[in-house]
Order: sequence, then structure tokens, then C-alpha cells
Amino acid sequence: MASAFEYAPAPESRSVVDITPSYGLFIDGEFTDAADGKVFKTVSPSSEEVLSEVARAGAEDVDRAVKAARRAFEKWSALPGSERAKYLFRIARIIQERSRELAVLETLDNGKPIKETRDADLPLVAAHFFYYAGWADKLDHAGYGPNPRPLGVAGQVIPWNFPLLMLAWKIAPALATGNTVVLKPAETTPLSALFFADICRQAGLPKGVVNILTGYGDAGQALVEHGDVNKVAFTGSTAVGKAIARSVAGTDKKVTLELGGKGANIVFDDAPIDQAVEGIVTGIFFNQGQVCCAGSRLLVQESVQDELLDALKRRLSTLRLGDPLDKNTDIGAINSSEQLARITALVETGEAEGAERWSAPCELPSAGYWFAPTLFTNVTQAHTIARDEIFGPVLSVLSFRTPDEAVAKANNSQYGLSAGIWTEKGSRILAVANKLRAGVVWANTFNKFDPTSPFGGYKESGFGREGGRHGLEAYLDVR
Amino acid sequence: MSDNRLSVFKTYKLYVGGKFPRSESGRVYEVTDSKGKWLANAPQSSRKDARDAVTAARKAFGGWSGATAYNRGQILYRIAEMLEGRREQFVREVAEAEGLSKSKAAAVVDAAVDRWVWYAGWTDKVAQVVGGANPVAGPFFNLSTPEPTGVVTVLAPQESSFLGLVSVVAPVIAAGNTAVVVASAESPLPALSLGEVLATSDLPGGVVNILSGKTAEIAAPLAAHQDVNGIDLTGADAELAKELEIAAADNLKRVARPQAVDGEGDWTADPGTHRLTAFLETKTVWHPTGALGASGSSY
Repeated sequence: MASAFEYAPAPESRSVVDITPSYGLFIDGEFTDAADGKVFKTVSPSSEEVLSEVARAGAEDVDRAVKAARRAFEKWSALPGSERAKYLFRIARIIQERSRELAVLETLDNGKPIKETRDADLPLVAAHFFYYAGWADKLDHAGYGPNPRPLGVAGQVIPWNFPLLMLAWKIAPALATGNTVVLKPAETTPLSALFFADICRQAGLPKGVVNILTGYGDAGQALVEHGDVNKVAFTGSTAVGKAIARSVAGTDKKVTLELGGKGANIVFDDAPIDQAVEGIVTGIFFNQGQVCCAGSRLLVQESVQDELLDALKRRLSTLRLGDPLDKNTDIGAINSSEQLARITALVETGEAEGAERWSAPCELPSAGYWFAPTLFTNVTQAHTIARDEIFGPVLSVLSFRTPDEAVAKANNSQYGLSAGIWTEKGSRILAVANKLRAGVVWANTFNKFDPTSPFGGYKESGFGREGGRHGLEAYLDVR
Repeated sequence: MSDNRLSVFKTYKLYVGGKFPRSESGRVYEVTDSKGKWLANAPQSSRKDARDAVTAARKAFGGWSGATAYNRGQILYRIAEMLEGRREQFVREVAEAEGLSKSKAAAVVDAAVDRWVWYAGWTDKVAQVVGGANPVAGPFFNLSTPEPTGVVTVLAPQESSFLGLVSVVAPVIAAGNTAVVVASAESPLPALSLGEVLATSDLPGGVVNILSGKTAEIAAPLAAHQDVNGIDLTGADAELAKELEIAAADNLKRVARPQAVDGEGDWTADPGTHRLTAFLETKTVWHPTGALGASGSSY
């Protein structure tokens, strides 16, 4: 089928981004080597090409960065909100100006299609800074009492799936409320955070307000456990989230955790099938399914299951997998060989447990990390692939007969981050949305994000909200 | 009535699932007043009692969280009414439990009644204060609404056995959660008597469950319980609080740490809203709005 739609390659130019061979840590406004001189390589997951070599932070660097942030805190938090706002507005504008460069960079380092970095990640990053910039001088009116105070130094650890967007979700509200930050990007995607450090310099942000530590989990652990950190914000796996929750026990650190999910995407028999198919594709194949709020469990009403699955498989067969820099590409590379191994292992478990696998017929490039869009039918609630987060382009299909059954199955999960509802009946949307134990519910749409819209989970998907007025609370000394 | 009439003692019992069971363990412990005079034998709850209370609280959650906010407000107000009617009993029990004069104990009980009234009024207002429409940049209706976290364990303050207790329990259930409450270990009698008030206030059985005994013994299984969604550590000392917070991380319970400000502080202060919002989740629902043609109407 793909042959009926041959496209000429339409690659976005790499020349807009200049990646230097090596980068240091960004501490107290300066790029610096790690104290022990350690470095690591970051590769492009679509080609395995080494993009750069970056400093690997250790405990000593964490301490240096936290001290810098602590020093900067007094002045930064004492600035009038309107002045902090202007710094953030500057940052938002510079991000807009440099958005093509950052989009290409992100696609190179992360492996996701340029279509997504260009049209989703970067616009949302700029919008997030613009949104929280406006809050900086309006905190008295945010519903947290008069003159709410910042917490101090925020230690922030972010994942590799939306590197720059997660940075924005963490840094924008922290700075708007008067905190200073030490942020550790994921080891497989360090570059956009380092480019952001350069943006902070261009914006004239005072030294030490933002510190970027590239490194591995050991640096993240040292950061969240540092005694002079007042606030911990983490996005990542539930297992690490639980370890963080344990490590902050008995301290005064305020914590927000944005963790895993196993989102149910529920399709009722009266749903417009074509729109639902698009929504399912967006739900689980956006960013190769490496999304905590992915709609990774499809719950379809039995009477339309065959029709829906036929349409879905037809649609999946037309998805273009390949060069992430090609503007026609729908499915990019998996972020790392480790992640590819995890996905592969879970898919093998799915097959071993008796679920029926179908993968889209597409050619995988010879270099890089790739996984074809895949769905499983004959899945029961007991199957590993219906319970564990796969974090890849793999959809588990379950069926139901009644709305009550759909809700029960949707809620039968340790997670509670997202859910989708597809039906033409308004009262059913509201009734089902009301019963779903999930922090974000998309009705007749999926995977929509906005800086004004609070995001975060129920149950083991974490706690706290990012985005909107709600997102301020995580960075204010209010109870 | 003869002056030397022999009084009738009350058998203090737990309050679980709307019923008044003894501890399944058959254990009791002596409760004395502040001068060491014996007041009663209180049930010494076991981990099985704690698990039974969670089961009752879970069973009650669907109905209570699904009730209208107005209805929850009516019931909380009814609790205030019932308490007011039994004022004399609670004044006596609080005076004995906390070693207060009659007039000071009366002030405490009055404040507790008023606290129920305060939270009764909050049930149908909190959603408008902490939720609302979000102006997203796209053709979507986007609404954030607070929802109760679920089953919440509440370790009531050790010193303020009644006003403190009401101050931590009322906000949890006002928000639509159901609660497993561990009463003050030394002074559990006002809490156990509160069960009798709750039982006659149209509060569905299981919404509040009250256990007495050793705080650490009861709290440990509750903090580790996989079907408990949140825990308020007010009644735990620093060491126990840390232990429980670590156990609570296993299923990422929402944890309200003991607060220096009100741990054993002034429970008569304005309670604010933080205890109400501590066990609320925010749910955000998106729906496309569609569009009615390019120009729309100017009028």
C-alpha cells in the first residue's frame, strides 16, 4: 500500500544548527567541565552518529550547582515580579526566534520526527514560558494568599521523551515564582538543555538562576537528595518516582512527581470511526509512543471492534517510518538502544503470553533504533502488555460491552494519568469522564497539551500538577 | 434519684463501616484522665482492624464521592447539629481527656461544632475555587475539576483529642474522601464518642472509621496498605512520620506531613483551605468545540 504513495525525500536542513564537539556543565552562568573530568557521548538515535561529547556531572558538580543556585536565590526572589516576568518573556521570544534551530537539534538528539518538534514541541515550549512569564507579577491574585513566597532551590530531573518541553514545564513556573533551579536532562538527550543555557545567557538571566547538569541517574539522585534543595520535581518512571518519594521522607522538601501511565482510549459504538482511528494513532504513535500519557490501551466496544481494527490497520500501513528530519516522516526512531530493548522484551512477553501481534508492514532503516507500529489483539487485563507501561509504539486492544465495563477496565490499573473517550453522545462523555480515575481526559481528541491546562496523574502516575494556575502551587511555599 | 445510685459505664467501641465493633483482637487498654484516674477501657486495635476499616472505607467511597456536594454539605451540617445536642457529654469527655476546666472544654467543643459548620459550607464551593475553565490556545473546551483522592488514613493529633480530631477529619470527608482515623492514643474517648454522633447524622457507614490503640501499631499497616490513597501524618512524631512516609511511597500515597504550625499548635486558628485541598486530585477534561463558520456573529 505504501508504494501507492511514494514521496520524494523532503529533509529539513541540518545547517540551521551548529553542534560543537563538546559541551560543559552550565553552572553559575558559565560552561564548565565536570569536577572529575568525566564526559559521555550523545548519539543520534536515527543514525547512531555521535553528535557531541558532554560533561558528566557527579556529586561534586551537583553541590557546586546547588550552591550557585542558592547564592542566586536571594536576589532573584527579591526582584519585583514584573522584572522576573520580563526575563521570562525574553526567553520565550528567543525560543520563538530560534525555534527552527532547536527543532532540528531536538530531532537529531531525540529521534522524533521534525514534524513533531517543529509543530508541537517548540511552539509549546515558547508558549509555556510566555504563559508563566505573565504569572510572575500576578502571584498575589493566584489564589494562594497574599504575597506567596518561593521555596528556594528547585532540583529538577527530566526525561528524554520531550527534552525541551519538559525543561519548559519545570523551569518556567519555577522562575516565575522566584525560585532558582538546577536541572538535569536525561543522559540520552542533553543537547537542547545546553542550548537553553545559551538562551539564558542571551536573555541576560542573572548567573546561577538556571544551572544545567548533564549526566546520568547518579547525578539526578545526588540532586534530589541534596540537603540544600527545597523542591524536587521529577518526570520519569514510576520506579524512580517511588525511590524519590522515599528519599525525601522526613525532610521539608516539596515534591511533585510526573510518572508513568497506561492510558485507556475508549471507543464506543457510536463514535465516528475515522476520527477515532486518527485519535488512536495520535494517542499511541505520537512520539513513537514514548509518552507517559499515551493511549496505550485501546478499549473498543465489541460491536465495532472488527470495523475499527480493519480501519486502524489500514491507517497504520500508511504511516511513514524513517528519517526523522524528513518532513513527511510520521514515525521516528526509538530514543535509545536500551529503550528499544525494553520495548522488544515487552512485545516478546506479549506474544509469549498469548496475545496476537500485528505490526505495520514497513521497512526499518539499517542503522539506528527502530520499532514498527504494532498492535496486539486477544489481550486480557491480566496480560503484562495490558498492565505495564511499554513506552513505545505498541497498542494493546481490549474490548467491552457496556459503559460500566469500559470504566471498570479503564480504571483497572496502578496508573491514572490519561484516558480518551470517543462517542457522539454528550451525556455519555460526561458520565464516563466523571468516573475515570485519570488526571487528563480527552474526549473525541487525544494528546492535546496547553500551558494553561493542568497536567498530572492520579494513583501511581504521580502527584502535583504542571501547567495552568495549578502549576504554580508546586513552586510556592503554600500548603 | 438516690445520690448513691451506681452509674452505668459506657463500653467504648470502635466505629467501622457504620457499626460499633470491639477490636477483633479482643484487646483493650486503660484510658486515664490527666491525673491518672481510670476512665474506661478502650479497644486496642490490631492490623486486622485497620484492614477491615480500609475495606469499609473503600466500599463507602463510590457513594460518598458520588454524592452531590450539596448533599455532603447537608450531612456535615447535620453532624454539627447532632454534636451541639450532645454538647454536655463532649464537654465532660474533653475536660477529662485533656485536663481542661469545664469552661475551657466547652470552648473546645463549641469550636469543634463550628468547624463542622465551616467545612459543611465548603463542600459545594471548593470546586469553583480550585477548579475552572482553562483558556487553551485551540478550539477546545477545557475544564479542571477537583476530585477526592480516595481512601485516606488520618492520624489524629495526640494532644488535641477532639478539636484537633475534627479539624483533620472534617476536611478529608468534606472533599469527598473516606477516612480511616487513628484517634489520639492517650485520649481516644472523645473520638470514639464522635462515632456515635456520626452514626446518627446520615453519614453513610464507612465514610469515617475510627480506631483507637497504639498509633504506630495501627498506622504502619495503613501506611503500607495498597488500597489506601493518602495519609495525614499529623498525629505522628518526627521519627514515625518519616517511617510512614517511606512506607507510603510504595503506592505513592499523597502524604500530608505533620506541620510545625499546627502539629500541636493552635487548633482554634482559621483553618484555611489547605487541609481541604491536600487530598484532592485535579482532573482536566478536553473536548473539541467545533467552529461555526469563519466570521461568526458580531452580535
